[in-house]
Amino acid sequence: MSVLVPLPVAVSLLGAAVSLALHGRVRLQRALGLAVCIVATGTAVALLTIVQREGVVATQAGGWPAPFGITLVVDGFAAIMVTISTLMLLGCLVYAFGQLDAERERLYFHPVYLVLQAGVCLSFLTGDLFNLFVAFEVMLIASYVLLVLGGSQEQVGSGMTYVVINLLASTLFVSGVGLVYAATGSVNMADLVGRLAELPPNLRGGLGLLFLVVFGVKAALFPLFFWLPDSYPAAPTAVAAVFAGLLTKVGVYAVMRTQTLLFPGDGGPSTLILGVAGATMFVGVLGAIAQSDIKRILSFHIISQIGYMIMGLGLYTLAGLAAGIFYIVHHIVVKTALFLVAGLVERAEGTDALGRLGGFARRAPLVGALFMLPALSLAGLPPLSGFVAKLALVREGLALDRVVIVGVGLLVSLFTLFSMTKVWQRVFWGMGPSPEAVPPGARHGQATAPIAGGSRVRPPATMLGATAALVALSLVIAATAGPLYTITERAAADMLDTTDYLRAVLGG
Amino acid sequence: MSSLILDTCTRAAFHTMWVFSLFMLFSGHNAPGGGFVGGLIAGAALVLRYAGHGTDHVRRVLPVAPELLLGTGIVFAAGTGATAWLAGGQFLQSGIAKLHLAVLGEVKLPSVLVFDVGVYLVVVGLVLALLETLGRQDPQ
Repeated sequence: MSVLVPLPVAVSLLGAAVSLALHGRVRLQRALGLAVCIVATGTAVALLTIVQREGVVATQAGGWPAPFGITLVVDGFAAIMVTISTLMLLGCLVYAFGQLDAERERLYFHPVYLVLQAGVCLSFLTGDLFNLFVAFEVMLIASYVLLVLGGSQEQVGSGMTYVVINLLASTLFVSGVGLVYAATGSVNMADLVGRLAELPPNLRGGLGLLFLVVFGVKAALFPLFFWLPDSYPAAPTAVAAVFAGLLTKVGVYAVMRTQTLLFPGDGGPSTLILGVAGATMFVGVLGAIAQSDIKRILSFHIISQIGYMIMGLGLYTLAGLAAGIFYIVHHIVVKTALFLVAGLVERAEGTDALGRLGGFARRAPLVGALFMLPALSLAGLPPLSGFVAKLALVREGLALDRVVIVGVGLLVSLFTLFSMTKVWQRVFWGMGPSPEAVPPGARHGQATAPIAGGSRVRPPATMLGATAALVALSLVIAATAGPLYTITERAAADMLDTTDYLRAVLGG
Repeated sequence: MSSLILDTCTRAAFHTMWVFSLFMLFSGHNAPGGGFVGGLIAGAALVLRYAGHGTDHVRRVLPVAPELLLGTGIVFAAGTGATAWLAGGQFLQSGIAKLHLAVLGEVKLPSVLVFDVGVYLVVVGLVLALLETLGRQDPQ
């Protein structure tokens, strides 16, 4: 069944090409984008079931055998990531139909969005280090365009930071690939497993650290996270939600993939990575507490949450990795949903600054509920998906006697709850903003005029539907946590024992 | 403001450059050349026109939307990969056909040529898009 492997990437690229040729016909572009996203999602689900049944599947693009050609490979982890990513991209596309203003949508939103999807899928599917670089670039170049789409001053200003930091990281990345090739003579990841093991430990450790830094920038790990809270909130909400949910997680995926497959260390818990995880959690949540805009608060929480995923990697056991992967799945859904809710609030009120909001739950009770569920899930309250994910991490941390990181994780959960309560209290409770506090103009030129306090808010059906679907998905994750955990456990088993992966790629 | 010298030279060079760009496109398989280089030469011919008379003139010379060229180009390029895959091969696998034509003798047609045509279209489309967006004079 390896024929399906390149499909999510190929269909997205072809779709982007046709969408570009359809420039100016927004309705056709919408239909095409929707069709492509649905096909990609369907393929991803098919790949996930195939991997569950048959194990790791690989294909060699161009028919050139590994390690010379470009290998595309799906194991459990990659299949999970592709599935959840294409689902989010589908949801956010539907949301964008209602949210994007006509000018932004006409300006190449649809082709670039599909290119982004191609880049994200290729990052997960590739089995070749240099090809991973190419996939990252495809994804990043699309994200540069989406971030500054429409070109407001705020967008271009924060886009600059984003572009510069990512170009720097990409330069380091390609240099790292060059060093690996110089040392081993290969860039195929499966081929590198054996070749890297023959290198002197110092050299191997150095290369591993270089890749940790490179992907640490992309994943916004401590201390390389500073670019994130400035750049994400500026983008249009549908785009910001995709970025918040997916892009840093592609970095996390790359960290986990390279650190388990290529630089496995000595097999035990890594104090370095656990330390980074703890610092990322703690600094991220402290940043969030200090903020007073919804999207900025949520952006800092992205950083904090990434700490938990990396904690799973740092524990480096079957249960630890499985919990980390489960955390990624939970986080992608919940965080995307929260950003979409923030967009609903911003659209109705013309701002997302806490000081200018209030009483929103009375005027839009459904939106209030849609915020509350993922917010509590983010903080890790039972019985929501965040609780399951955190419980798994904490249990494994305690089993390994890593008390400090567990303590930090629990403390950060408390702070997260505090921060979410703050948003809830200021935005959804209360009597609504006093008339003089209502801003005179819209912030991004995309919001409607402020509505008189007391009147009901009716967001477009596409926006509300997409948000509700994602929130429902997060509830499904919580409800089916058992079977889902089995899937992530199998993915983690494949990461720890790479024989299947190597056999699928190299044959024999 | 037009210049007689530039106009005359462009008139002589323009079509020659297009023919040369096509030659480069087709010779690219085994010799220096290819879609990218060919596209750049064709683009340079368009830039000559632009230098003489501005964006509107370029649009009259090549009345195609840049988006259409870019999109078609990528469809060609990505389609090459997909065709082999649909025919049961690997994604991006290439093939070659040999034809015997009356005058030219044996002609090799590699599937990479289709890919190269796609690249050619993308490069020409990109130059056109640049001239339209960055090259447009401010109305005032």
